[in-house]
Amino acid sequence: MSGSTVLPDTAPADTASPRRAALLGGGGRAALGLLLPVILAGAWEIAVASGLATGRLLPPPSRIGAALWSLAASGELWMHVEATLIRVGLGFAFGAGAGILIGTLTATLPALRWLVDPSLQALRAVPSLAWVPLFILWFGILETPKVALIAVGVFFPVYVGVAGAIASVDRKLIEVGRIFRLSKLALARRILLPAVLPATLTALRTGLGLGFLFVVAAELMGASEGLGYLLVDGQQFSKPDQILAAIICFAIVGKLADTALVALTTPLVRWQDTARETL
Amino acid sequence: MLNLQSLSKTYADGTRALAGIDLAVPNAEIVALIGGSGCGKTTLLRLIAGLDRPSAGSIALDGEPITGPHPGVGLVFQESRLLPWLDVAGNVGFGIGDLPRRERAERVAHALERVGLAEHAGRWPRELSGGQQQRVSIARAFVANPRVLLLDEPFSALDAFTRKDLHRHLLALWEEVRPTVLIVTHDVAEAVALADRAIVMRPKPGRLDESIALDLRRPRDPAAPTSEAATRKILGALDRSLRPREASRAPELAGGSSF
Ligand SMILES: Nc1ncnc2c1ncn2[C@@H]1O[C@H](COP(=O)(O)OP(=O)(O)OP(=O)(O)O)[C@@H](O)[C@H]1O
Ligand SMILES: [Mg+2]
Repeated sequence: MSGSTVLPDTAPADTASPRRAALLGGGGRAALGLLLPVILAGAWEIAVASGLATGRLLPPPSRIGAALWSLAASGELWMHVEATLIRVGLGFAFGAGAGILIGTLTATLPALRWLVDPSLQALRAVPSLAWVPLFILWFGILETPKVALIAVGVFFPVYVGVAGAIASVDRKLIEVGRIFRLSKLALARRILLPAVLPATLTALRTGLGLGFLFVVAAELMGASEGLGYLLVDGQQFSKPDQILAAIICFAIVGKLADTALVALTTPLVRWQDTARETL
Repeated sequence: MLNLQSLSKTYADGTRALAGIDLAVPNAEIVALIGGSGCGKTTLLRLIAGLDRPSAGSIALDGEPITGPHPGVGLVFQESRLLPWLDVAGNVGFGIGDLPRRERAERVAHALERVGLAEHAGRWPRELSGGQQQRVSIARAFVANPRVLLLDEPFSALDAFTRKDLHRHLLALWEEVRPTVLIVTHDVAEAVALADRAIVMRPKPGRLDESIALDLRRPRDPAAPTSEAATRKILGALDRSLRPREASRAPELAGGSSF
Protein backbone atom coordinates (compact mmCIF):
# COMPACT_ATOMS: atom_id res chain seq x y z
CA MET A 1 0.00 0.00 0.00
CA SER A 2 1.39 3.35 -0.99
CA GLY A 3 -1.76 5.19 -0.03
CA SER A 4 0.05 7.14 2.66
CA THR A 5 1.63 9.51 0.17
CA VAL A 6 -1.63 10.23 -1.59
CA LEU A 7 -4.13 10.18 1.25
CA PRO A 8 -2.17 10.77 4.45
CA ASP A 9 -5.32 11.19 6.51
CA THR A 10 -6.89 7.86 5.68
CA ALA A 11 -3.69 5.81 5.65
CA PRO A 12 -3.95 2.73 7.88
CA ALA A 13 -1.95 2.70 11.10
CA ASP A 14 0.75 0.43 9.66
CA THR A 15 1.77 2.89 7.00
CA ALA A 16 1.39 6.04 9.04
CA SER A 17 4.29 7.95 10.54
CA PRO A 18 7.06 5.69 11.87
CA ARG A 19 6.54 7.00 15.40
CA ARG A 20 2.90 5.98 15.51
CA ALA A 21 3.73 2.67 13.90
CA ALA A 22 6.40 2.02 16.56
CA LEU A 23 4.00 2.92 19.34
CA LEU A 24 1.34 0.57 18.04
CA GLY A 25 3.63 -2.15 16.71
CA GLY A 26 4.00 -5.53 18.40
CA GLY A 27 4.14 -5.18 22.18
CA GLY A 28 2.64 -1.71 22.12
CA ARG A 29 -0.52 -2.98 20.48
CA ALA A 30 -0.86 -5.84 22.96
CA ALA A 31 -0.44 -3.40 25.86
CA LEU A 32 -3.18 -1.23 24.40
CA GLY A 33 -5.52 -4.20 24.34
CA LEU A 34 -4.82 -4.85 28.04
CA LEU A 35 -5.51 -1.27 29.03
CA LEU A 36 -9.29 -1.54 29.29
CA PRO A 37 -9.53 -4.70 31.43
CA VAL A 38 -6.73 -3.47 33.70
CA ILE A 39 -8.44 -0.11 34.29
CA LEU A 40 -11.81 -1.76 34.97
CA ALA A 41 -10.30 -4.31 37.33
CA GLY A 42 -8.33 -1.60 39.16
CA ALA A 43 -11.42 0.58 39.50
CA TRP A 44 -13.43 -2.31 40.93
CA GLU A 45 -10.65 -3.19 43.36
CA ILE A 46 -10.58 0.40 44.63
CA ALA A 47 -14.37 0.57 44.81
CA VAL A 48 -14.56 -2.53 47.00
CA ALA A 49 -11.54 -1.60 49.13
CA SER A 50 -12.98 1.84 49.84
CA GLY A 51 -16.32 0.37 50.78
CA LEU A 52 -18.23 1.86 47.82
CA ALA A 53 -19.29 -1.67 46.88
CA THR A 54 -19.44 -4.89 48.86
CA GLY A 55 -18.06 -7.15 46.16
CA ARG A 56 -20.07 -10.00 47.54
CA LEU A 57 -21.46 -11.20 44.21
CA LEU A 58 -18.64 -9.81 42.09
CA PRO A 59 -15.43 -10.19 44.07
CA PRO A 60 -12.55 -7.81 43.35
CA PRO A 61 -9.50 -9.06 41.46
CA SER A 62 -7.49 -9.60 44.64
CA ARG A 63 -10.06 -12.11 45.98
CA ILE A 64 -10.23 -13.93 42.64
CA GLY A 65 -6.44 -14.04 42.62
CA ALA A 66 -6.42 -15.43 46.11
CA ALA A 67 -8.95 -18.12 45.15
CA LEU A 68 -6.84 -19.05 42.15
CA TRP A 69 -3.73 -19.14 44.28
CA SER A 70 -5.18 -21.42 46.90
CA LEU A 71 -6.54 -23.78 44.23
CA ALA A 72 -3.17 -23.84 42.53
CA ALA A 73 -1.21 -24.23 45.76
CA SER A 74 -3.25 -27.23 46.87
CA GLY A 75 -2.67 -28.89 43.50
CA GLU A 76 -6.41 -29.07 43.01
CA LEU A 77 -6.36 -26.68 40.04
CA TRP A 78 -4.05 -28.86 37.97
CA MET A 79 -6.25 -31.87 38.54
CA HIS A 80 -9.29 -29.93 37.26
CA VAL A 81 -7.42 -28.46 34.31
CA GLU A 82 -6.09 -31.89 33.43
CA ALA A 83 -9.53 -33.49 33.58
CA THR A 84 -10.99 -30.81 31.32
CA LEU A 85 -8.10 -30.97 28.86
CA ILE A 86 -8.34 -34.76 28.59
CA ARG A 87 -12.05 -34.52 27.80
CA VAL A 88 -11.55 -31.80 25.20
CA GLY A 89 -8.55 -33.64 23.75
CA LEU A 90 -10.41 -36.93 23.38
CA GLY A 91 -13.58 -35.32 22.09
CA PHE A 92 -11.61 -33.18 19.65
CA ALA A 93 -9.62 -36.17 18.41
CA PHE A 94 -12.71 -38.28 17.79
CA GLY A 95 -14.84 -35.46 16.42
CA ALA A 96 -12.16 -33.97 14.18
CA GLY A 97 -11.01 -37.40 13.00
CA ALA A 98 -14.52 -38.41 12.05
CA GLY A 99 -15.17 -34.99 10.49
CA ILE A 100 -12.07 -35.17 8.30
CA LEU A 101 -12.73 -38.77 7.29
CA ILE A 102 -16.42 -38.44 6.51
CA GLY A 103 -15.98 -34.98 4.98
CA THR A 104 -13.30 -36.35 2.66
CA LEU A 105 -15.38 -39.35 1.69
CA THR A 106 -18.59 -37.45 0.98
CA ALA A 107 -16.72 -34.76 -0.96
CA THR A 108 -15.00 -37.28 -3.20
CA LEU A 109 -17.73 -39.93 -3.62
CA PRO A 110 -20.94 -38.36 -4.94
CA ALA A 111 -23.04 -41.43 -4.24
CA LEU A 112 -21.99 -41.41 -0.60
CA ARG A 113 -22.65 -37.66 -0.42
CA TRP A 114 -26.20 -38.10 -1.69
CA LEU A 115 -26.66 -40.91 0.75
CA VAL A 116 -25.40 -39.39 4.00
CA ASP A 117 -25.08 -35.63 3.63
CA PRO A 118 -28.83 -34.89 3.94
CA SER A 119 -29.00 -36.89 7.18
CA LEU A 120 -25.91 -35.22 8.58
CA GLN A 121 -27.24 -31.80 7.68
CA ALA A 122 -30.48 -32.65 9.47
CA LEU A 123 -28.57 -33.78 12.56
CA ARG A 124 -26.48 -30.63 12.38
CA ALA A 125 -29.65 -28.60 12.76
CA VAL A 126 -30.21 -30.19 16.18
CA PRO A 127 -28.66 -28.05 18.92
CA SER A 128 -25.98 -30.37 20.23
CA LEU A 129 -26.99 -29.92 23.86
CA ALA A 130 -30.29 -31.59 23.02
CA TRP A 131 -28.36 -34.86 22.85
CA VAL A 132 -27.32 -34.67 26.49
CA PRO A 133 -30.23 -36.64 28.02
CA LEU A 134 -29.92 -39.31 25.37
CA PHE A 135 -26.18 -39.62 25.82
CA ILE A 136 -26.65 -39.97 29.59
CA LEU A 137 -29.21 -42.73 29.03
CA TRP A 138 -26.91 -44.48 26.60
CA PHE A 139 -23.51 -43.99 28.14
CA GLY A 140 -24.20 -43.35 31.84
CA ILE A 141 -22.88 -40.28 33.57
CA LEU A 142 -19.15 -40.91 33.52
CA GLU A 143 -16.63 -39.88 30.88
CA THR A 144 -18.21 -41.42 27.77
CA PRO A 145 -21.23 -39.10 27.40
CA LYS A 146 -19.00 -36.08 28.00
CA VAL A 147 -16.49 -37.07 25.35
CA ALA A 148 -19.33 -38.02 23.00
CA LEU A 149 -20.97 -34.63 23.40
CA ILE A 150 -17.72 -32.79 22.73
CA ALA A 151 -17.01 -35.03 19.74
CA VAL A 152 -20.44 -34.24 18.28
CA GLY A 153 -19.82 -30.53 18.77
CA VAL A 154 -16.42 -30.71 17.07
CA PHE A 155 -17.56 -33.03 14.29
CA PHE A 156 -19.97 -30.75 12.47
CA PRO A 157 -17.80 -27.69 11.79
CA VAL A 158 -14.91 -29.95 10.76
CA TYR A 159 -17.13 -32.08 8.51
CA VAL A 160 -18.68 -29.06 6.82
CA GLY A 161 -15.33 -27.28 6.53
CA VAL A 162 -13.44 -30.20 5.04
CA ALA A 163 -16.19 -31.23 2.63
CA GLY A 164 -16.58 -27.62 1.50
CA ALA A 165 -12.85 -27.18 1.08
CA ILE A 166 -12.53 -30.27 -1.07
CA ALA A 167 -15.57 -29.39 -3.14
CA SER A 168 -14.20 -25.94 -3.90
CA VAL A 169 -10.69 -26.93 -4.95
CA ASP A 170 -9.86 -25.05 -8.12
CA ARG A 171 -10.42 -27.35 -11.09
CA LYS A 172 -7.73 -25.40 -12.92
CA LEU A 173 -5.09 -26.57 -10.48
CA ILE A 174 -6.27 -30.15 -10.79
CA GLU A 175 -5.71 -29.85 -14.53
CA VAL A 176 -2.11 -28.91 -13.84
CA GLY A 177 -1.80 -32.26 -12.10
CA ARG A 178 -3.49 -34.02 -15.01
CA ILE A 179 -1.16 -32.41 -17.56
CA PHE A 180 1.76 -33.89 -15.65
CA ARG A 181 -0.05 -37.24 -15.45
CA LEU A 182 -0.19 -37.53 -11.69
CA SER A 183 -1.80 -40.69 -10.40
CA LYS A 184 -4.98 -40.38 -8.34
CA LEU A 185 -2.97 -40.76 -5.18
CA ALA A 186 -0.32 -38.24 -6.22
CA LEU A 187 -3.06 -35.82 -7.24
CA ALA A 188 -4.59 -36.14 -3.79
CA ARG A 189 -1.28 -35.69 -2.02
CA ARG A 190 0.31 -33.01 -4.18
CA ILE A 191 -2.69 -30.91 -5.13
CA LEU A 192 -5.85 -31.69 -3.14
CA LEU A 193 -4.19 -31.89 0.26
CA PRO A 194 -2.27 -28.62 0.11
CA ALA A 195 -5.24 -26.90 -1.50
CA VAL A 196 -7.66 -27.87 1.28
CA LEU A 197 -5.22 -27.44 4.15
CA PRO A 198 -5.95 -23.78 4.98
CA ALA A 199 -9.72 -24.26 5.14
CA THR A 200 -9.27 -27.48 7.07
CA LEU A 201 -7.13 -25.78 9.68
CA THR A 202 -9.70 -23.02 10.05
CA ALA A 203 -12.37 -25.68 10.55
CA LEU A 204 -10.22 -27.40 13.16
CA ARG A 205 -9.85 -24.14 15.05
CA THR A 206 -13.58 -23.62 15.01
CA GLY A 207 -13.98 -27.21 16.17
CA LEU A 208 -11.54 -26.74 19.02
CA GLY A 209 -13.41 -23.63 20.15
CA LEU A 210 -16.65 -25.59 20.15
CA GLY A 211 -14.91 -28.37 22.03
CA PHE A 212 -14.30 -25.93 24.89
CA LEU A 213 -17.87 -24.72 24.67
CA PHE A 214 -19.20 -28.24 25.00
CA VAL A 215 -16.82 -29.34 27.72
CA VAL A 216 -18.44 -26.73 29.95
CA ALA A 217 -21.87 -28.10 29.13
CA ALA A 218 -20.66 -31.66 29.67
CA GLU A 219 -19.12 -30.85 33.04
CA LEU A 220 -22.14 -28.84 34.14
CA MET A 221 -24.27 -31.94 33.66
CA GLY A 222 -22.43 -33.71 36.43
CA ALA A 223 -18.75 -34.16 37.10
CA SER A 224 -16.59 -34.62 40.13
CA GLU A 225 -13.60 -32.87 38.59
CA GLY A 226 -12.81 -30.44 35.82
CA LEU A 227 -13.05 -26.69 35.46
CA GLY A 228 -16.78 -27.05 34.83
CA TYR A 229 -17.10 -28.80 38.18
CA LEU A 230 -15.48 -25.77 39.82
CA LEU A 231 -18.25 -23.66 38.28
CA VAL A 232 -21.03 -25.88 39.63
CA ASP A 233 -19.37 -26.20 42.99
CA GLY A 234 -18.90 -22.44 43.20
CA GLN A 235 -22.56 -21.88 42.45
CA GLN A 236 -23.82 -24.44 44.96
CA PHE A 237 -21.65 -23.14 47.77
CA SER A 238 -21.98 -19.51 46.76
CA LYS A 239 -18.32 -18.94 45.94
CA PRO A 240 -18.29 -16.35 43.14
CA ASP A 241 -14.55 -15.98 43.45
CA GLN A 242 -14.15 -19.66 42.58
CA ILE A 243 -16.53 -19.31 39.63
CA LEU A 244 -14.56 -16.38 38.28
CA ALA A 245 -11.30 -18.20 38.89
CA ALA A 246 -12.61 -21.13 36.85
CA ILE A 247 -13.79 -18.79 34.09
CA ILE A 248 -10.35 -17.21 33.93
CA CYS A 249 -8.80 -20.68 33.73
CA PHE A 250 -11.14 -21.58 30.87
CA ALA A 251 -10.12 -18.45 29.02
CA ILE A 252 -6.42 -19.12 29.53
CA VAL A 253 -6.57 -22.82 28.72
CA GLY A 254 -8.77 -22.23 25.66
CA LYS A 255 -6.50 -19.51 24.37
CA LEU A 256 -3.39 -21.61 24.95
CA ALA A 257 -4.92 -24.58 23.15
CA ASP A 258 -5.87 -22.39 20.20
CA THR A 259 -2.43 -20.80 20.13
CA ALA A 260 -0.81 -24.23 20.21
CA LEU A 261 -2.97 -25.42 17.32
CA VAL A 262 -2.10 -22.33 15.28
CA ALA A 263 1.60 -22.63 16.13
CA LEU A 264 1.65 -26.28 15.11
CA THR A 265 -0.14 -25.70 11.84
CA THR A 266 1.09 -22.31 10.66
CA PRO A 267 4.27 -23.75 9.11
CA LEU A 268 2.04 -25.87 6.86
CA VAL A 269 0.35 -22.85 5.32
CA ARG A 270 3.18 -20.36 5.36
CA TRP A 271 2.67 -19.81 1.65
CA GLN A 272 -0.67 -18.19 2.25
CA ASP A 273 -1.21 -14.58 1.42
CA THR A 274 -3.11 -13.70 4.56
CA ALA A 275 -2.41 -11.35 7.41
CA ARG A 276 -1.74 -14.05 9.97
CA GLU A 277 -1.52 -11.72 12.92
CA THR A 278 -5.12 -10.66 12.50
CA LEU A 279 -6.42 -14.17 13.09
CA MET B 1 5.19 -34.98 -36.69
CA LEU B 2 1.99 -33.98 -34.95
CA ASN B 3 -1.03 -35.19 -36.89
CA LEU B 4 -4.64 -34.17 -36.43
CA GLN B 5 -7.17 -36.07 -38.50
CA SER B 6 -10.74 -34.86 -39.02
CA LEU B 7 -10.72 -33.76 -35.40
CA SER B 8 -14.10 -32.57 -34.08
CA LYS B 9 -15.41 -31.50 -30.72
CA THR B 10 -19.05 -30.99 -29.87
CA TYR B 11 -19.66 -30.08 -26.24
CA ALA B 12 -22.40 -31.67 -24.19
CA ASP B 13 -24.64 -28.64 -24.72
CA GLY B 14 -24.42 -29.09 -28.50
CA THR B 15 -21.85 -26.35 -29.18
CA ARG B 16 -19.79 -27.37 -32.19
CA ALA B 17 -16.46 -25.99 -31.04
CA LEU B 18 -14.41 -27.75 -33.73
CA ALA B 19 -15.41 -29.53 -36.90
CA GLY B 20 -13.11 -31.57 -39.11
CA ILE B 21 -9.68 -30.23 -38.30
CA ASP B 22 -6.88 -31.71 -40.40
CA LEU B 23 -3.42 -30.54 -39.59
CA ALA B 24 0.11 -31.88 -39.86
CA VAL B 25 2.89 -30.07 -38.03
CA PRO B 26 6.46 -31.19 -38.70
CA ASN B 27 8.71 -31.54 -35.68
CA ALA B 28 10.17 -28.34 -34.27
CA GLU B 29 7.86 -26.14 -36.28
CA ILE B 30 6.32 -23.14 -34.52
CA VAL B 31 2.70 -22.61 -35.50
CA ALA B 32 0.67 -19.59 -34.48
CA LEU B 33 -3.10 -20.10 -34.25
CA ILE B 34 -5.00 -16.89 -34.82
CA GLY B 35 -8.72 -16.35 -34.74
CA GLY B 36 -11.52 -14.49 -33.08
CA SER B 37 -12.95 -15.31 -29.71
CA GLY B 38 -14.88 -18.56 -29.60
CA CYS B 39 -13.46 -20.17 -32.72
CA GLY B 40 -12.17 -23.15 -30.79
CA LYS B 41 -8.50 -22.39 -30.19
CA THR B 42 -8.51 -23.37 -26.53
CA THR B 43 -10.61 -26.41 -27.35
CA LEU B 44 -8.05 -27.50 -29.93
CA LEU B 45 -5.14 -27.21 -27.49
CA ARG B 46 -7.05 -29.04 -24.75
CA LEU B 47 -7.75 -31.91 -27.14
CA ILE B 48 -4.09 -32.18 -28.14
CA ALA B 49 -3.05 -31.96 -24.48
CA GLY B 50 -5.39 -34.84 -23.73
CA LEU B 51 -7.41 -32.89 -21.16
CA ASP B 52 -10.61 -33.37 -23.18
CA ARG B 53 -11.60 -36.15 -25.57
CA PRO B 54 -12.50 -35.37 -29.19
CA SER B 55 -16.02 -36.21 -30.40
CA ALA B 56 -14.50 -37.57 -33.60
CA GLY B 57 -11.14 -37.83 -35.31
CA SER B 58 -7.70 -38.61 -33.97
CA ILE B 59 -4.47 -37.08 -32.80
CA ALA B 60 -1.09 -38.72 -33.26
CA LEU B 61 2.41 -37.73 -32.27
CA ASP B 62 5.05 -39.37 -34.45
CA GLY B 63 2.48 -42.02 -35.32
CA GLU B 64 1.57 -42.73 -31.71
CA PRO B 65 -2.08 -41.93 -30.92
CA ILE B 66 -2.73 -39.42 -28.14
CA THR B 67 -5.73 -40.33 -26.02
CA GLY B 68 -4.92 -38.54 -22.76
CA PRO B 69 -2.24 -36.43 -21.13
CA HIS B 70 1.03 -37.48 -22.76
CA PRO B 71 4.56 -37.12 -21.40
CA GLY B 72 5.69 -35.58 -24.68
CA VAL B 73 3.03 -32.87 -24.69
CA GLY B 74 3.25 -29.78 -22.48
CA LEU B 75 0.67 -27.05 -22.04
CA VAL B 76 1.04 -23.49 -20.84
CA PHE B 77 -2.32 -22.09 -19.81
CA GLN B 78 -3.48 -18.57 -20.41
CA GLU B 79 -3.32 -17.90 -16.67
CA SER B 80 -0.08 -19.10 -15.20
CA ARG B 81 -1.78 -21.62 -12.87
CA LEU B 82 1.14 -21.84 -10.49
CA LEU B 83 0.56 -23.83 -7.32
CA PRO B 84 0.46 -21.21 -4.57
CA TRP B 85 1.87 -23.57 -1.92
CA LEU B 86 5.07 -24.26 -3.86
CA ASP B 87 7.88 -21.77 -4.29
CA VAL B 88 9.13 -20.90 -7.75
CA ALA B 89 11.60 -23.78 -7.89
CA GLY B 90 8.96 -26.19 -6.59
CA ASN B 91 6.56 -25.09 -9.29
CA VAL B 92 9.11 -25.44 -12.07
CA GLY B 93 10.06 -28.91 -10.83
CA PHE B 94 6.46 -29.99 -10.29
CA GLY B 95 6.22 -32.11 -13.43
CA ILE B 96 9.56 -33.91 -13.03
CA GLY B 97 9.03 -35.23 -9.53
CA ASP B 98 10.08 -38.73 -10.54
CA LEU B 99 13.60 -37.65 -11.49
CA PRO B 100 16.42 -38.04 -8.96
CA ARG B 101 16.60 -35.03 -6.67
CA ARG B 102 19.95 -33.90 -7.96
CA GLU B 103 19.06 -33.95 -11.63
CA ARG B 104 15.76 -32.30 -10.88
CA ALA B 105 17.42 -29.44 -9.04
CA GLU B 106 19.87 -28.97 -11.90
CA ARG B 107 17.17 -28.87 -14.53
CA VAL B 108 15.06 -26.47 -12.49
CA ALA B 109 18.01 -24.17 -11.92
CA HIS B 110 18.87 -24.25 -15.60
CA ALA B 111 15.32 -23.49 -16.72
CA LEU B 112 15.04 -20.64 -14.23
CA GLU B 113 18.32 -19.28 -15.53
CA ARG B 114 16.92 -19.45 -19.05
CA VAL B 115 13.83 -17.42 -18.19
CA GLY B 116 15.85 -14.96 -16.13
CA LEU B 117 14.41 -15.88 -12.74
CA ALA B 118 17.40 -17.61 -11.15
CA GLU B 119 17.43 -15.24 -8.20
CA HIS B 120 13.71 -15.75 -7.54
CA ALA B 121 13.85 -19.53 -7.06
CA GLY B 122 12.79 -19.30 -3.40
CA ARG B 123 9.90 -16.88 -3.81
CA TRP B 124 6.21 -17.65 -3.54
CA PRO B 125 4.14 -17.23 -6.71
CA ARG B 126 2.17 -14.42 -5.08
CA GLU B 127 5.38 -12.43 -4.76
CA LEU B 128 5.92 -12.39 -8.55
CA SER B 129 4.63 -10.03 -11.19
CA GLY B 130 2.29 -11.34 -13.88
CA GLY B 131 5.10 -11.59 -16.40
CA GLN B 132 7.33 -13.41 -13.95
CA GLN B 133 4.55 -15.87 -13.14
CA GLN B 134 4.09 -16.57 -16.81
CA ARG B 135 7.83 -17.18 -17.18
CA VAL B 136 7.68 -19.68 -14.34
CA SER B 137 4.86 -21.53 -16.02
CA ILE B 138 6.79 -21.63 -19.29
CA ALA B 139 9.83 -22.95 -17.44
CA ARG B 140 7.61 -25.55 -15.77
CA ALA B 141 6.51 -26.79 -19.19
CA PHE B 142 10.04 -26.78 -20.60
CA VAL B 143 11.82 -28.72 -17.86
CA ALA B 144 9.83 -31.78 -18.83
CA ASN B 145 11.49 -31.57 -22.29
CA PRO B 146 8.22 -31.77 -24.24
CA ARG B 147 8.16 -32.81 -27.86
CA VAL B 148 5.09 -30.67 -28.37
CA LEU B 149 4.50 -27.47 -26.46
CA LEU B 150 1.06 -25.88 -26.51
CA LEU B 151 0.69 -22.27 -25.40
CA ASP B 152 -2.76 -20.75 -24.95
CA GLU B 153 -2.47 -16.98 -25.26
CA PRO B 154 0.38 -17.09 -22.76
CA PHE B 155 1.24 -13.42 -23.06
CA SER B 156 -2.10 -11.80 -23.74
CA ALA B 157 -2.37 -10.25 -20.29
CA LEU B 158 1.04 -8.61 -20.50
CA ASP B 159 2.25 -5.28 -21.77
CA ALA B 160 4.16 -5.00 -25.05
CA PHE B 161 7.59 -4.69 -23.42
CA THR B 162 7.17 -7.74 -21.21
CA ARG B 163 5.72 -9.65 -24.11
CA LYS B 164 8.75 -8.94 -26.27
CA ASP B 165 11.04 -10.00 -23.47
CA LEU B 166 9.13 -13.24 -23.05
CA HIS B 167 9.31 -13.93 -26.79
CA ARG B 168 13.07 -13.82 -26.40
CA HIS B 169 13.00 -16.24 -23.47
CA LEU B 170 10.60 -18.56 -25.26
CA LEU B 171 12.76 -18.68 -28.38
CA ALA B 172 15.89 -19.30 -26.29
CA LEU B 173 14.22 -22.31 -24.66
CA TRP B 174 12.89 -23.46 -27.98
CA GLU B 175 16.41 -23.36 -29.51
CA GLU B 176 17.54 -25.68 -26.74
CA VAL B 177 14.73 -28.23 -26.63
CA ARG B 178 13.32 -27.66 -30.14
CA PRO B 179 9.79 -28.83 -29.47
CA THR B 180 6.95 -28.46 -31.91
CA VAL B 181 5.10 -25.37 -30.74
CA LEU B 182 1.45 -24.42 -31.17
CA ILE B 183 0.85 -20.96 -29.81
CA VAL B 184 -2.56 -19.34 -29.69
CA THR B 185 -2.46 -15.59 -30.04
CA HIS B 186 -4.66 -12.62 -30.84
CA ASP B 187 -1.63 -10.59 -31.72
CA VAL B 188 -0.49 -10.67 -35.34
CA ALA B 189 2.87 -9.14 -34.37
CA GLU B 190 3.38 -12.04 -31.96
CA ALA B 191 2.78 -14.53 -34.75
CA VAL B 192 5.23 -12.73 -36.98
CA ALA B 193 7.81 -12.57 -34.21
CA LEU B 194 7.66 -16.25 -33.36
CA ALA B 195 6.04 -18.54 -35.88
CA ASP B 196 7.10 -20.46 -38.97
CA ARG B 197 3.48 -20.61 -39.97
CA ALA B 198 0.31 -18.78 -39.02
CA ILE B 199 -3.03 -20.52 -39.21
CA VAL B 200 -6.16 -18.42 -39.23
CA MET B 201 -9.26 -20.04 -37.78
CA ARG B 202 -12.93 -19.24 -38.26
CA PRO B 203 -15.80 -19.94 -35.88
CA LYS B 204 -19.15 -21.72 -35.81
CA PRO B 205 -18.08 -24.42 -36.08
CA GLY B 206 -14.36 -23.91 -35.44
CA ARG B 207 -12.26 -24.70 -38.49
CA LEU B 208 -8.82 -23.93 -39.88
CA ASP B 209 -9.28 -21.36 -42.59
CA GLU B 210 -5.93 -20.40 -44.07
CA SER B 211 -2.31 -21.26 -43.51
CA ILE B 212 0.33 -18.60 -44.11
CA ALA B 213 3.98 -19.62 -44.28
CA LEU B 214 6.30 -17.10 -42.66
CA ASP B 215 9.70 -17.82 -44.15
CA LEU B 216 11.61 -15.34 -42.05
CA ARG B 217 15.05 -15.77 -40.57
CA ARG B 218 15.60 -15.59 -36.82
CA PRO B 219 16.25 -13.38 -34.97
CA ARG B 220 13.48 -11.37 -36.48
CA ASP B 221 13.21 -7.67 -36.89
CA PRO B 222 9.59 -6.52 -36.73
CA ALA B 223 10.49 -3.42 -38.75
CA ALA B 224 12.05 -5.35 -41.63
CA PRO B 225 10.12 -5.28 -44.93
CA THR B 226 9.76 -9.08 -44.83
CA SER B 227 8.05 -8.87 -41.44
CA GLU B 228 5.76 -6.16 -42.68
CA ALA B 229 4.81 -8.23 -45.69
CA ALA B 230 4.06 -11.21 -43.43
CA THR B 231 1.91 -9.03 -41.19
CA ARG B 232 -0.07 -7.85 -44.21
CA LYS B 233 -0.58 -11.43 -45.39
CA ILE B 234 -1.95 -12.49 -42.01
CA LEU B 235 -4.18 -9.44 -41.73
CA GLY B 236 -5.53 -10.18 -45.19
CA ALA B 237 -6.33 -13.75 -44.19
CA LEU B 238 -8.00 -12.56 -40.98
CA ASP B 239 -10.10 -10.21 -43.06
CA ARG B 240 -11.17 -13.01 -45.38
CA SER B 241 -11.99 -15.26 -42.42
CA LEU B 242 -14.61 -12.75 -41.32
CA ARG B 243 -16.48 -13.05 -44.62
CA PRO B 244 -18.71 -15.96 -45.64
CA ARG B 245 -16.41 -18.81 -46.55
CA GLU B 246 -17.62 -19.66 -50.09
CA ALA B 247 -17.23 -16.11 -51.31
CA SER B 248 -13.76 -15.72 -49.92
CA ARG B 249 -12.07 -18.96 -50.90
CA ALA B 250 -11.10 -20.59 -54.12
CA PRO B 251 -13.69 -23.30 -54.83
CA GLU B 252 -11.20 -26.20 -54.67
CA LEU B 253 -10.29 -25.28 -51.10
CA ALA B 254 -13.76 -24.54 -49.83
CA GLY B 255 -14.63 -28.11 -48.88
CA GLY B 256 -12.14 -28.93 -46.16
CA SER B 257 -8.91 -27.72 -44.67
CA SER B 258 -5.81 -29.88 -44.87
CA PHE B 259 -2.67 -28.15 -43.75
N1 LIG C 1 -16.85 -26.69 -21.53
C1 LIG C 1 -17.60 -26.17 -22.52
N2 LIG C 1 -18.90 -26.50 -22.63
C2 LIG C 1 -19.65 -25.99 -23.63
N3 LIG C 1 -19.20 -25.16 -24.56
C3 LIG C 1 -17.92 -24.79 -24.49
C4 LIG C 1 -17.05 -25.27 -23.47
N4 LIG C 1 -15.83 -24.73 -23.67
C5 LIG C 1 -15.92 -23.95 -24.75
N5 LIG C 1 -17.18 -23.98 -25.28
C6 LIG C 1 -17.64 -23.29 -26.48
O1 LIG C 1 -16.87 -23.74 -27.56
C7 LIG C 1 -16.53 -22.67 -28.42
C8 LIG C 1 -15.04 -22.57 -28.55
O2 LIG C 1 -14.49 -22.20 -27.28
P1 LIG C 1 -12.94 -21.99 -27.05
O3 LIG C 1 -12.74 -21.73 -25.63
O4 LIG C 1 -12.19 -23.14 -27.66
O5 LIG C 1 -12.68 -20.68 -27.91
P2 LIG C 1 -11.34 -19.83 -28.10
O6 LIG C 1 -11.04 -19.80 -29.56
O7 LIG C 1 -10.28 -20.34 -27.21
O8 LIG C 1 -11.83 -18.39 -27.66
P3 LIG C 1 -11.02 -17.24 -26.89
O9 LIG C 1 -10.16 -16.58 -27.92
O10 LIG C 1 -12.09 -16.34 -26.41
O11 LIG C 1 -10.24 -17.90 -25.80
C9 LIG C 1 -17.20 -21.44 -27.84
O12 LIG C 1 -18.40 -21.22 -28.52
C10 LIG C 1 -17.45 -21.81 -26.40
O13 LIG C 1 -18.60 -21.17 -25.93
MG1 LIG D 1 -9.29 -19.54 -25.47
